[in-house]
Amino acid sequence: MIEQVLSISPDNVVGETAKMKVEGYRFVTLSCVEIDETTVDILYHFDRDLQMKHLRLTVPKDRPVPSISPVYFAAFLVENEIQDLFNIRFQGLAIDFDRTLYLEEEVKKTPFCKYVVIKTAPLGEVPGENAS
Amino acid sequence: MTKTIIPFGPQHPVLPEPVHLKLTLEDEVITEAIPAIGFVHRGLEKLAEIRDFHQMIYVVERICGICSMIHAMCYCQGIEALMGIEAPPRARFLRVIWSELHRMHSHLLWMGLFADSFGFESLFMQIWKIREKILDIDEATTGNRIIISVNVIGGMRKDLSPEQVNWILSELKDVEKEIKRLETTIMNDYTVKKRTVGKGVLTRKQAYDLGLAGPTLRASGIAQDMRMLGYAAFNEINFEPVVETDGDCYARCRVRFREVLQSIDLIRQAIAKLPDGEVAVKVKGRPDGEIISRVEQPRGEVFYYIKANGKKNLDRLRVRTPTFANVPALLAMLPGMWLSDVPVIVLSIDPCISCTER
Repeated sequence: MIEQVLSISPDNVVGETAKMKVEGYRFVTLSCVEIDETTVDILYHFDRDLQMKHLRLTVPKDRPVPSISPVYFAAFLVENEIQDLFNIRFQGLAIDFDRTLYLEEEVKKTPFCKYVVIKTAPLGEVPGENAS
Repeated sequence: MTKTIIPFGPQHPVLPEPVHLKLTLEDEVITEAIPAIGFVHRGLEKLAEIRDFHQMIYVVERICGICSMIHAMCYCQGIEALMGIEAPPRARFLRVIWSELHRMHSHLLWMGLFADSFGFESLFMQIWKIREKILDIDEATTGNRIIISVNVIGGMRKDLSPEQVNWILSELKDVEKEIKRLETTIMNDYTVKKRTVGKGVLTRKQAYDLGLAGPTLRASGIAQDMRMLGYAAFNEINFEPVVETDGDCYARCRVRFREVLQSIDLIRQAIAKLPDGEVAVKVKGRPDGEIISRVEQPRGEVFYYIKANGKKNLDRLRVRTPTFANVPALLAMLPGMWLSDVPVIVLSIDPCISCTER
C-alpha cells in the first residue's frame, strides 16, 4: 500500500539519501519496525511537492547502520530515538546521546522490541560483551 | 573569550512543558544549543500492540490535548484507507469544521503564550478571552472543551444540528471581529516588533534542509501544507496555504495570526457545503497492510505510519509529530542570538512536548 519504496542495503544508505537530497527531497522521518527476533526494517521517508518516496533498509539488529545525519542533519533526533527504543546503533551520528535521549543510563532493556533485547556494547566493541 | 554553559529548562516560566536546552554562551551571545528531551516520554506507540485498533483512537487523542481531534482524524483516515472504507461526505466536512476549530484554539493559545513570553500580559489575556469562545463551541457541540473525541473509524460519532450550525456561524462572526480588533496590536505594536523582528531567522534553504513543518516552514517562504493533499473535504473547498518570507519570529507569528482568520473562512465554506446524510458507515473486518497517513496539525505536518496484520492489534504505529520535526530548527536559530531572546525564539516554533514525547 506504500508506493515508491526502494530497497537499500547498509552500504548504500548514505549514498541513496544523498541522492534524495540532490533531487530536492525534504527529510520527513525514519520508521523502525521489528520484523522478528533478529531483524528490523528501517524506513526512510522523504517528501517533494507533497509526493512521498521511501527507502527500506532491512538489517540485523546487531549490525550498526550508517547515520544519515551528515546528509540530513535533522535525522540525528530520530536516529537517537531508534537507538533508545530498538537498540539499533547508528554510526557517525551528528549528535549522539548514546541511548540516553529517553532512557536513563542504567536501563538495559529495549522498550520497543517485542523480543526483548538487552543493551549491547558501544560501537567498536563486540556486541553483547557487556550485557547484564 | 570564556565560555559559559547555561541550562534552559526543563522547567522555565515560558515553557508549559519540559524541554531542556544546553546553551553555550560567549558573553551574552549563544554559540551553541543542544536540545534534550525525554522528561515525559510515555511510549504510546507501543500500546498499539496490546490495544484493539478501535481503542487506539482513544490513545492517539491523548498524544496531545491541543490537537487531539486532528491526531484521531489522521489515525482514522489511515485505518480507513487500509480497510478500503470511505467516510460519508457529511463526516468529511465535519472533520474540516472541527479540525479548523482545533487549529484556531491552538493558534490563539500560542499567541497568548507568545505575548506572555515578552511580558505583554494584557494581550495574553485578550487573546485567551477570544479562545474561550472556541472552547465553548467545542463544549456545546461535543461535550468537551479540548479532547473532543468525535472521530471513529468510518466517520464521526457526533453530528451538528441546524441550530448548532447557525450558532457556530454567529459565534465566529464575533470571534472574527474581536481578532481583527487585536490585529493592530499583534502585527504593529512596538513591543511585539522589537522582540520578534529579525529574531531567530531561518532562511528558506535552512527550513527545507532541516525538514521543518507547519508555520515554522511556511514563515520561511515554503508553501507546504498537508491540507493541499485534499484529505477530509479540503479538496472540495478553496484553500491556499498562508506563507510569509522573512523567516523570523515575527513572520511565524504573522502566519499563525493569518491562519486563524483563514480557519474561520474554511469553517464557513465547509458549513455552506455541508451535505445531508449519515455521519458514519459500519465497519467490518480488520486492517491489513502498511500505510502512511498525513494531515496538517496547528504546528505542522503529522505523520502516521501504520502496519497491520489482519488481527485486532496493530503491528506497528509510528507517529512523527510536527514539534519533533521542528526541534532541529532551534539548533539553527539560536546561535548568534542574545540569551534574553531564547524564550521568544523557543516559543516561536510552538513547541508541543506532549506530542514530541508521545
